[in-house]
Amino acid sequence: MPAIHIANLTKKFGKLAAVDNLSLDINKGEIFGLLGPNGAGKTTLLSMLAVLMEPTSGEATVAGHDIRRHPIDVRKSIGMVFQTGSLDSLLTARENLELHARLFGVPKEMRQTRIQEALELVELTDRADERAGNFSGGMKRRLEIARALLHHPQVLFLDEPTVGLDPQTREHIWKYIKALSRQEQMTIILTTHYMEEADVLADRIALIDHGKIVQLDTPEGLKRQMGGDRVKLVCAKACSAHMLAALKKMPFVKSIVQGDGHLELVVQNAPKHLQTILHAVGEVEEVHVLPASLNDVFLQYTGHEIRNESAEDDAQAQWAAHR
Amino acid sequence: MAVWHREFIVYTRERERAISSVVTPLIWLFAFGAGLGASITLAGESYQSFIFPGILAMNVLFTSMFYGMYVVWDKKLDVLKEILIAPQPRWVAFSGKCLGGLTICAFQAAILLVIGGLFMGIPLSPASVLFTLFGALLFGLGTASLGLTIGAKLSSPDSFSLVMSFVMWPLFLTSGALYPISHLPDYLQVLVRINPMAYGVDLMRGALLNTWTLGWGIDVAVLLLFAGVFFFLGSRAFDQMSLG
Ligand SMILES: Nc1ncnc2c1ncn2[C@@H]1O[C@H](COP(=O)(O)OP(=O)(O)OP(=O)(O)O)[C@@H](O)[C@H]1O
Ligand SMILES: [Mg+2]
Repeated sequence: MPAIHIANLTKKFGKLAAVDNLSLDINKGEIFGLLGPNGAGKTTLLSMLAVLMEPTSGEATVAGHDIRRHPIDVRKSIGMVFQTGSLDSLLTARENLELHARLFGVPKEMRQTRIQEALELVELTDRADERAGNFSGGMKRRLEIARALLHHPQVLFLDEPTVGLDPQTREHIWKYIKALSRQEQMTIILTTHYMEEADVLADRIALIDHGKIVQLDTPEGLKRQMGGDRVKLVCAKACSAHMLAALKKMPFVKSIVQGDGHLELVVQNAPKHLQTILHAVGEVEEVHVLPASLNDVFLQYTGHEIRNESAEDDAQAQWAAHR
Repeated sequence: MAVWHREFIVYTRERERAISSVVTPLIWLFAFGAGLGASITLAGESYQSFIFPGILAMNVLFTSMFYGMYVVWDKKLDVLKEILIAPQPRWVAFSGKCLGGLTICAFQAAILLVIGGLFMGIPLSPASVLFTLFGALLFGLGTASLGLTIGAKLSSPDSFSLVMSFVMWPLFLTSGALYPISHLPDYLQVLVRINPMAYGVDLMRGALLNTWTLGWGIDVAVLLLFAGVFFFLGSRAFDQMSLG
């Protein structure tokens, strides 16, 4: 039996189908990534699975429990980290955890050990008696993860667990997530817009856009399916329009993204075609051939880039040609 | 009762809310009671002692209604999600919230009673104090439930002032908190009769000063009905509350 079974699930807000007739099975012990841009319907999907929102139509079971018929059983088996912080800022870290343990019916005699364990896991033991409101973004996130684990859920939902965190903290949290899935055999569903995050963590990834799954595979599989490698050309001065025109004519160049003084191409079988490309574009300063990234995969399947808040990504995507 | 405990901690840490909720009724007491009351006696009582139970009831009304509507903020700030996702029926969370509100009401009523007894010459006995607190809690259960029901239904705090104008002020002004209801013209009498707060005021005034207009039996019955109806509606509103 899959940990999560979703059949034709739909959620409409007025006319807008935020989740559109979506079907999906997620295996036990799997880390499953939902990757999609803002408004793709990721949070809406998780909210329905966590019985915080009623589906317009369709069915789903979580840990074997039907979300409509046995909501309480579903809630008992899941832990959730919300996209936006949901800590009680006036309570201390420990009090937040105590509240959760009581709400989720952790037996009294186990509460203190569980809280201790959870605090240790996220390395907040020495800050346990400070108010959560005074924590930094990363500490809050870690506390929320600790809280979601207190009742040892079978299924853990993480809605953008590392959004807005610095790279160090992000990697820290990735480490926890991996360890949890290995040690506890926990099924983890995480949503993200970070390609890298999905790539590093997920066993399988669903690309989701406009409430629909556009593609589902392992990270490697997705990259393979894209049928190309990334080729980065660093131009001597500026990349000329003539170069672009030449590249656009080549059938094995799948997409072109123009950056500041460089071009990023997706090229089918790059090793074979590199000669031809270099010949056509003339003099370049550097050539890099890289394996495909999920970003390219996303672009390929949805026709648009996944939007990202970080500045480095903005600069990169000035214009994109798509074939 | 995890939710109750949480509410209590939050209350003790939100100093401004706690302080203002005790200070406001004191201002009312002094402004109305001392100012107006200097020249009036009613039903053999000084005006100050006459309105004292009314002010107590007003304090219960405002405190518990605002407390209840505060869930709108909880919704906005997302702390409510944690409670909504917990594996327990929603009426349990609703009861916890109610109890939290009642605890605050009782606490404030006790403070006001002490101040009234010490500085305003309100005659107090252990029995009358307990009876009054009972009245305050019974009335408070209804108003807290009403507030929570409204809070669960509202989507943003913008409508607070509408609730103030269309629910809270009418309840308060036609309750007889500030004047005796027996002298009112007929059409106002009708309004009083259908106002649950009038029964709350009557019960508390009777408990404290031993003067009843409506009778404690009907007071208790109406307040129970009021509380029961909104406890039910509120639990249902919590049940239907979702993030969608
Ligand atoms: N409560 C709501 N009422 C109306 N529309 C909503 C509601 N919640 C979500 N939507 C709409 O549904 C769509 C999907 O939203 P959702 O929050 O699920 O996206 P998401 O994939 O989580 O996006 P993000 O990456 O920004 O978190 C959006 O168009 C959003 O405007
Ligand atoms: Mg989201």
